[in-house]
Amino acid sequence: MNREASDGTACAPPSVGEGTLSRRDFLCAVVGCAAAATLAGCSEFTHTSFFRKHLRELSKEEIARMLAELEKELSEQYGKPVTVGIDAARPGVQFAYALDLSRCVGCRRCVKACVNENNQGRDPAIEWIRVLEMDKDKGIDFEHANPYYEAEQVPRPGHFYMPVACHHCRDAPCVKSCPTGATWSDKDGIVVIDYDWCIGCRCCMAACPYGARRFNWTEPKVPAEEVNPQMHYLGNRPRPKGVVEKCTFCVHRVRAGRYPACVEVCPVGARKFGNLNDPNGEIRYVLENKRVFVLKNELSTRPRFYYFYGI
Amino acid sequence: MGSGTRDAIRAPGAGDPGDAIVQSRCDPRAAKSARNAVLLLLALALVLALASCSRAPAEELFAAGGVPEAPGSTLQVNVPPPPFSDGVFPCSSCHEPELKFNSKQRKLKIAHQEVELKHGTEARWCLDCHDAADRDQLHLANGEKIPFEESYRLCGQCHGEKFRDWRAGVHGRRTGNWDGEKQYLLCVHCHNSHAPRFAPIKPESAPVPPRRTEPTGGGTSK
Repeated sequence: MNREASDGTACAPPSVGEGTLSRRDFLCAVVGCAAAATLAGCSEFTHTSFFRKHLRELSKEEIARMLAELEKELSEQYGKPVTVGIDAARPGVQFAYALDLSRCVGCRRCVKACVNENNQGRDPAIEWIRVLEMDKDKGIDFEHANPYYEAEQVPRPGHFYMPVACHHCRDAPCVKSCPTGATWSDKDGIVVIDYDWCIGCRCCMAACPYGARRFNWTEPKVPAEEVNPQMHYLGNRPRPKGVVEKCTFCVHRVRAGRYPACVEVCPVGARKFGNLNDPNGEIRYVLENKRVFVLKNELSTRPRFYYFYGI
Repeated sequence: MGSGTRDAIRAPGAGDPGDAIVQSRCDPRAAKSARNAVLLLLALALVLALASCSRAPAEELFAAGGVPEAPGSTLQVNVPPPPFSDGVFPCSSCHEPELKFNSKQRKLKIAHQEVELKHGTEARWCLDCHDAADRDQLHLANGEKIPFEESYRLCGQCHGEKFRDWRAGVHGRRTGNWDGEKQYLLCVHCHNSHAPRFAPIKPESAPVPPRRTEPTGGGTSK
């Protein structure tokens, strides 16, 4: 046997009958079998699954290939053309959100619009926005806040409503607590999660003082006909079981210049969104002309989500 | 990609307008910690710097950005047509110009009985806003006739603060683009002009409370 052993997979297994088994041939056979076994065991061996395991930055071509694979996979899964975007933060843009507490009537239209827009699991139902009903006599008092209110009509007399979702903090406790760096604050201020890096330890959920993060205890189910096919890699693409998710300011919409879904659906116009760096924008108008506060200011999380009183 | 974007974590306090504004209204308790005191000073310095050099006057701030000018101006906003009830417009199809009109407050018996005026009822009557001579138009307090499409100018005469907020995009619902073209609505798309108070609505279903997982018998606790 004088086969060149430079390529492990090209080695033939030793034949038993020959009797003379060299050390070189033996090693060659072991490596070859191991390689074959690895390849056979990993039936979905793709470029993506291989390179994601390695700590290095993907090139543009690799990202494009990875997204194409993802789009193909999701399009087949849901039976309609799916696009997975990767729009990066625009330079000079600092996103912020303002919510008018004097207008919100607690109708939960934002909650449902968010579920539909961002492909949140329907069973068990995951909702990124939670609307708290509070007593006007008590003011903002989380001990007596009720997210489960049922009513024929809202607003109920004597109550006001405070929707809470991710505050996209500048000093985000969730980002600090993530052991794998799977969540970070992007350049335009959106706190995003890479679902492939999340290990599901839920440290971020414990760290978040706003209760804004949700965990997928089971495989999230989204009916194919209800799936929003316009997706973002760091946003509303379907999440696997065992990862954390939360509001992304509708990253797929806002990085394309559009308003988030909750802003557009709010029947009382209580939700405002824009660029903090734009002196003529809605957010700056609110900050400069209205009574504004942030939730749990004493924690110095420095949220990008402001509550204000429009009246 | 994950590792590529991770260097994006920003250093705190680097010239962020919204942060400076809110931090400068800081809760007094927060000043206890040294860190917050430093932040506060920084924010104060920022605010002072802004105030001393580059602060644009308010008129400049709100004149730009494709929003209409002050109530008297003829500048128009791109809004969808007013939400007329079926068959009610043009008004002149019933209200012929030569017909005499009665400007006395009274209960209507022949037509428009469904209109219930809950909008400063004691001091107001139809012809305060609707033009008697040209029923297809409205008129401002100064007598200027305006089409129904510009009714926001009429509302803005009394509700100046709301009108300012609306022009800035802060009162009322907006759809479209945060950095480009956006759709405005007329006041009357959300408020019935005859009874403008926002009517209560039925809420969407409540979230499902988290289910408790029953213990499966493992462990030592009884």
